[in-house]
Parts: sequence; structure tokens; C-alpha cells
Amino acid sequence: MAVVALEKDYADKVEVRDRVENFHGNIVVYLHWEEHLSFCAAMAFPLPPAMPFGALIKEIIPTYYGMHPDFAAIDWSRVRWIIDGKEVTPDPQKSLADNGIGHKSLVRFWTPGLHGYKGSRS
Amino acid sequence: MNATMTTRAKLGLKQRYALLTRGLDWEPSYQSKSAIFPYAEFEGIKIHDWSKWEDPFRLTMDAYWKYQAEKERKLYAVLDSFAQNNGQMGLSDARYINAIKLFLTGVSPLEYQAHRGFAHVGRHVPGVGPRVAAQMQSLDELRHVQTQIHTLSHYNKFFHGFHEWQHMHDRVWYLSVPKSFFDDARAAGPFEYFIAIGFAFEYVLTNLLFVPFMSGAAYNGDLATVTFGFSAQSDESRHMTLGIEVIKFLLEQDPDNLPIVQKWVDKWFWRGHRVLGLVAMMMDYMLPKKIMSWREAWDIYFTEAGGSLFQDLARYGLRVPKYADVATAEADHLSHQNWAVFYQYTHAAAFHTWLPTPQEMDWLSEKYPTIFDKYYRPRFEMWAEMEKEGKRFYNNALPQLCTTCQIPMAYTEPGDPGTICFRNSTYKGDTYHFCSDGCKDIFDNEPEKFSQSWLPVHQIFQGNCGGASVEDVLKWYRMNLGADNLDQAGSPDQKLWNEWMEARRRVAG
Repeated sequence: MAVVALEKDYADKVEVRDRVENFHGNIVVYLHWEEHLSFCAAMAFPLPPAMPFGALIKEIIPTYYGMHPDFAAIDWSRVRWIIDGKEVTPDPQKSLADNGIGHKSLVRFWTPGLHGYKGSRS
Repeated sequence: MNATMTTRAKLGLKQRYALLTRGLDWEPSYQSKSAIFPYAEFEGIKIHDWSKWEDPFRLTMDAYWKYQAEKERKLYAVLDSFAQNNGQMGLSDARYINAIKLFLTGVSPLEYQAHRGFAHVGRHVPGVGPRVAAQMQSLDELRHVQTQIHTLSHYNKFFHGFHEWQHMHDRVWYLSVPKSFFDDARAAGPFEYFIAIGFAFEYVLTNLLFVPFMSGAAYNGDLATVTFGFSAQSDESRHMTLGIEVIKFLLEQDPDNLPIVQKWVDKWFWRGHRVLGLVAMMMDYMLPKKIMSWREAWDIYFTEAGGSLFQDLARYGLRVPKYADVATAEADHLSHQNWAVFYQYTHAAAFHTWLPTPQEMDWLSEKYPTIFDKYYRPRFEMWAEMEKEGKRFYNNALPQLCTTCQIPMAYTEPGDPGTICFRNSTYKGDTYHFCSDGCKDIFDNEPEKFSQSWLPVHQIFQGNCGGASVEDVLKWYRMNLGADNLDQAGSPDQKLWNEWMEARRRVAG
């Protein structure tokens, strides 16, 4: 679609503010625990792409989601992962990048059997 | 004084108006019209005959000054008496003040933006009638921001969170929602601005902003705010008349204008609906004495009033804004989802939060019978339990934001309140995320513009917001930590209020 702008070269002057180069070597990764909407939205993290996927599970997720009453009951071997719309089985040893996570990727995870506080999706 | 002079001095209002508008305009002789009005054509709007513009109101400057001065005198008399009688002590409850903090930081700066936007339109639209009308609206908006600042400055003497409203408006994460809304409108051409603010906001949605705030003020003993509301009311009806005249004029001038105008109506309806989510939350959660629910307000002011408006406009081929049905369905969820955002990010907000009391939850169940008990009551009860155990629930990460409306992506799939709505687009190799189809469409229509979004969360990660820790960022916002933010319970505001009420009880004996 043609740009509607007074300036003829407007499209060439656009400064994309969220270019990956602006994040000091990190990529932005969004994480979301499905059916637990007391965490109001997916969380955003600036992470090194070489970080192993396992660190998400071992460090980041417990730090930020650990206070939920369902958390201790998560069976990690049964968790379903969807990265950017594709169902995957991530390799915890491999890096985020090798698991297909790029800049502004969305990582959604479902924890079978856990449907939020009293099943309310909260 | 001779006879001719006397006759001149007695020009009728109509004649004076004609002289002010048509009489002061001229045909350029040594400059082209397009050089004088460089913004007039690039949006693709075709105007064949500006003389067909019918002025919806005929106000001359002298009449304008007279009316406005009269209103100002009344307003400032009320403000003086409110201050002298310690009006702040007559409020329904200390919690109410937080609604006014949100108004001052989120809405009053928009009045100033509207002032600047209409000044721009008032310079750049080639027709002299709409130009004069836009200039007057520009003056109105400037008056509105001034009277709001003066009115609310009284609360700044006693309560926290009022001291840096303009600075906060430019920096604080959730205030980027109203700010970017107006930045978007002001960065558009004059015709889009006219439709965005004059029609979509002032005509279609304004009642959902001002009626709740002003009735909320009246119900909760805030006579000062009610008075500035009254003082703005006659201006608002003029603005609405201008908004409707503009859209009719554009649609009558050329059939090619219809698809352009329709796209703007769709865009600005959705953007306005997103911004008004703050009002939804104010009505259902922040007012100690409730006026009506957001759902009820939406049904009256959008579904009914908007319904007949769009029926009227159907003869021009204009249809109801796209996703109006989605917005109407969302009216059941909006306030709960927004309040949940602020409750868990209370450490980063310049007003206080709290959990609804059991009585308030019963009111919410009654107003939202099919959904509140199923989805939202359990959420609040879980948090209440955690509070009781001394483990107050905070979200310690930063939320994913929608690229278009800049609100945390907390909204759920249409028809599925248990699942977050995720949408995305790819533009020049980068991914962009959206909270809704409405916000995704807006991006897809103008990716060049919205790929430049200044998203607060990403800006923090990039190191542009004062530092890496939450505390650094809040200081950069000029928030007084421990006074402006966190729960209402235990705040200095609440402490002061309790002292006042205690003193009153002692006096009453």
C-alpha cells in the first residue's frame, strides 16, 4: 500500500525503534503461561540469544511465576510449548536461537491439568 | 459621532460573523493556493467547493470572549469557595482522589494536545469557515487544560501524585497510551485529525469520557471538578456540532472521500475505544460511589446514541465502525482486565490501587452477571488471600505491549475470556505484536508510521529511561516512591484522610 505522507521519501526515513541492534546484544523474548491470567499479559525479557533454553525453565520462569499456587504442581515433562505459533519440543541444552527463538518471539506454554486458581484461568 | 459610524457599530451578529470569516479571507495573487495550504491535498480528500460549508455555529470573537469570561468568573468563584470551605474533606472517600490523578495525568494533557492540533488545522484547512471554527476550538481546548490545572491544583496541596502530571504524561508507561493516541492524530494530515478528534472522539465517544468523570465527581462530592465540567459543556456541544458537520461535508463533496473517511472512522473508533478503557476501570473500580457500570454506559452512549448516529450517516454510505461489535462484547471484560493490570503493577503507577471489597464484588456480579463470578471474582479472591498471608501479588516482570495502542497485552480472545488475544504482523523482517484485530489492522494500514512506536517497555530495555532497575525508571518518571505508588492502604494519602476523619469524629463528639 502506498504511504500517505506529505514527505515523498517518508518511508525511507522511518526509524524502527525496536530494531534488534538497539538492545545491546539481547533479543526481546515474550513468555506467557496459558490459563493463568492473574499474570495479566505475556512478560517481556531482554535475553542473550545464546542463553540455553533450560535457563528459561530453571531461572526465569520460577523467578517470575513462582508465587502462583499452581506453580509447584507443574509437571515439566508434560508442558506444551508453542513458539511463534508452532508447537515444538524445545531442547533445554540448546540455545534460545537454536530452539527457533528470535527477536520479539512469543513463547507460550500450557501446563496440563492446571487451569488457574480454582479452575478460573486466573 | 456621525450617523454612518453609528450604523457600523450596530452590525448584526450574522454580518459580523460574515466579516470575520468570509470578509477576512482573500484570494492569493502572488502565491499559489497549494503553497499556502501545503497540507490540503496529500491525504487524497477532494473538496470542490468550500463555500458549501455550512457553519454549524456563528460565533464572533467578541461574543466568544463574553461567554467564556462569564463562565470563567463562575468557575473561579466556585473554586475559591471550594478551597475556603476545605472541599477536599467533603469527598466520599480518599480513594476517589486516584480517579482525579488519572484524569490530570492522562486526560488534561490531551486537552493541550487538542489545542495544538486544532491550531494546526485552523491554519491549514483551505476553507475559511472550518478554519475559524477550528481556531475557536483550539482556544477552547487551551482554556480547558488551564481550568483543569487550576481546579485540580487544590488537591496537590494535600495529596500525592499531582506534582508532575505533564512530565509523567510524556514518560510513564501507561500514559503512553493516551499520549500516543494524540501524537498519532497530530502527526496525521488536517482532515484525518478533524475526523479523528472532531468526529470519532468528540462526537462518537466523548460522552463516555466526560459524563462518567463529571457524574463520578458529582456523586463523590467533588464540586470543583463538576464545575469545570459544566464550564466546558457548552464548548463540547459546539465541538460535537463541528465534528458532525465536518464528516457530512467531506462525504458530500466527493464520493471518492467515502473509503478514506470510512478507514479513519474505523481506526479512530478503535483507538478511542482502547483509550477509554481507563474510564471503564475508573467507573467500575475507582469510584467509591458508583454511577453506573461501564457496560451500562457503553450501552447508552455507544450502542444507543452511536446506533442512531450511524443510521443517520448511512445515507452517505458510511457504515458503523469496523469491530464495533467486538468493542461491545469487550465491554463486559474491559474494566476488570485493566484494573488487574494496575493492581499487579501498582509499584509502577502514580496512583494507588486496592482490591474491590466484598460489597463491591457483589455489585460487580450484579452488573456483570454472566462473567464476573466465573473469571474475575476468583482472581481478586486469590489476591486477597495472598495479601492476608503477607504475600501481596506483584508482577515483577515488564509486560508485552501492543504496538498500536501501547496497552499491556491483557485483553482476551473475543468469546474466550480465558485466553489472551495474540495477533502479529511482519514488516520488513521484524515482528510486531497486537492485542486485537482492530490494532493489527491499524498497523497493517500504516506500518511505516507504527513501526516507529516508542514502546515504554522496549525503551527501558534499550536503556533510554533512566536506568536498568525499576527504581531508576520510576525516578526518571519523577515519581515519589512510597508516596505516589503502591496500595491505597498504608499510603500517606490514606493516613492523612484517616486523621481528618478522626478529627471530625472528635469534633462531632
